[in-house]
Amino acid sequence: MPTLVKRLLAALVIVLLLIAMNSYMSEAGLFGFGVPPYYARVIMLAGINIILAVSLNLITGFTGQFSIGHAGFMAVGAYSSAYLTVYYAQAWERSLGGMVGGSLAHALIFLLAILVGAIVAAVAGLIVGIPSLRLRGDYLAIVTLGFAEIIRIVILNIDKVGGATGFTVPGYTNFLWVGAFAVITIVIVYNIVHSDVGRALVSIREDELAAEAMGINTTHYKVLAFVISSALAGMAGVLFGHYTSFLSTNDFQFIRSFEIIIMIVLGGMGSLTGSVFGAIVITIMPELLRQLPGDLSRYRLVVYSALLILIMLTRPQGILGTREFGLSWLKRARRRPEGDKPVGTGGVPIAEQEPPSAIDRAKEVKNQ
Amino acid sequence: MLKLDNVSVNYGAIEALTGISMHVEQGEVVTLIGANGAGKTTTLRTITGLLQPRAGSITFEGEEIGGKPTHKLVARGISMSPEGRGVFANLSVRENLRMGAYLRKNKGEIAEDMDHAFQMFPRLKEREAQKAGTLSGGEQQMLAIGRALMSQPRLLLLDEPSLGLAPLVVHTIFEAIDEIRGKGTTILLVEQNAHAALGHSDRAYVLETGRIVMEGPSKDLAADPRIKEAYLGE
Repeated sequence: MPTLVKRLLAALVIVLLLIAMNSYMSEAGLFGFGVPPYYARVIMLAGINIILAVSLNLITGFTGQFSIGHAGFMAVGAYSSAYLTVYYAQAWERSLGGMVGGSLAHALIFLLAILVGAIVAAVAGLIVGIPSLRLRGDYLAIVTLGFAEIIRIVILNIDKVGGATGFTVPGYTNFLWVGAFAVITIVIVYNIVHSDVGRALVSIREDELAAEAMGINTTHYKVLAFVISSALAGMAGVLFGHYTSFLSTNDFQFIRSFEIIIMIVLGGMGSLTGSVFGAIVITIMPELLRQLPGDLSRYRLVVYSALLILIMLTRPQGILGTREFGLSWLKRARRRPEGDKPVGTGGVPIAEQEPPSAIDRAKEVKNQ
Repeated sequence: MLKLDNVSVNYGAIEALTGISMHVEQGEVVTLIGANGAGKTTTLRTITGLLQPRAGSITFEGEEIGGKPTHKLVARGISMSPEGRGVFANLSVRENLRMGAYLRKNKGEIAEDMDHAFQMFPRLKEREAQKAGTLSGGEQQMLAIGRALMSQPRLLLLDEPSLGLAPLVVHTIFEAIDEIRGKGTTILLVEQNAHAALGHSDRAYVLETGRIVMEGPSKDLAADPRIKEAYLGE
């Protein structure tokens, strides 16, 4: 009961915070203190990237299945929902608006669009996942890459959604939507990771054969993680499409998939806070580098790449590794972290520290 | 309890096992010895469903299990400690043991069994919160065996538990095997260390290039001049 109250309170605080942020995002903004559109855009894209990074982390960071097709599922979500909003939303909104009022009808329609995008992307994830998740490592990576490109090329050839000329979409998305769904994504993935299913996923990452030997149906869990991950990516796609108001298949090329991978590798695979952090850094860094003095700003993409290389050289496990950032971190930082290192006295590995009596016993065995 | 009848297995065109027949009865420790490449691991992988038999049948308690996926066998009471230990390196010792009981729901019983595992291997208790990847080879093997027991198996399959371990650690492992057997768990032990395996088992099968060439009580085999020459180095 108290935890329920706590959770409800937390949800309320988050919603209020999001509403405040959202009104702050418009140019005039809250009490006249608005954010210029450029910054608002960076914040919005950071939010969408958080959804993408956290969802990819579920399959790649926690389950250990290297997928390079995230942009493909994002595209599926974006286009399927846009199809709905472009061709049907206005009529529905009018008829629904008569019953419940304009703004609520608007919100309900967009919620429906997000659900549709997520479901269609989940189905795409299922279709791709069932055959390909029997593959491991590099093979899976190549297959997911291939599927993402197939999805993109197929969409490119559907005239109903604009084909090569692009697709103009109503701009439903505002910060409230992005913020809310970023929070929802984090909550969903957090709950999965800290459940029985999450333990199965992590054991698959650690050693698939051993996981199987524990009685875990590894294929089932891999497909499950892949489908959930795809659905969340589809959701991000819906938000992205209805934010930019214009969809072009160029937005979903494999470079986009790699960008999401960079976010989770940089933040730390298997760390939720790490992928949130990585998404923010990767969104903001190229923009920050525009501020470089003089001629250097012309080479900002070179500086960007060099920075990435530098970070990966100094922290190959990602900024947070598999750890999570939280309040307990600050407490733990004071003590020496336990359980990370083998503790042999005097630097002697444990295995070699045997009481003499055991050696005698072993000699007996040898002489039998 | 476990019965292999005329099982043949191929890797592509290459025949790895040719008509293997063997059986393990309730309460026994049966060992399968042989040199590298004789087909020991192939046999175990076939029993656990990682490889499909080309011919023959594998039954466990009268039911056909040939080709059944590995994860389904755990629910039937077969548990495997895989070759190369396969501990979950980034999980703690305690979490590894907990994973062994993945299919079980009764938390009280699981905690009890975890205590048993810690009694059997006090070393693990000392390293309870440590990541399994930081354990020594011997400790990882203890963990792999302890974890395999967490599913309360009736049949325990051990794949080369002594592989790459110092002699005195091997001794500890085999003492544990005696203890597990004392509690009534049936064991099929695949080993290269013929000396230790024959000393701690009831019956043995000798595998050579995919065929069973000898079988019998372990004591007799240990005394057999051919075995002595080929496997015991005497």
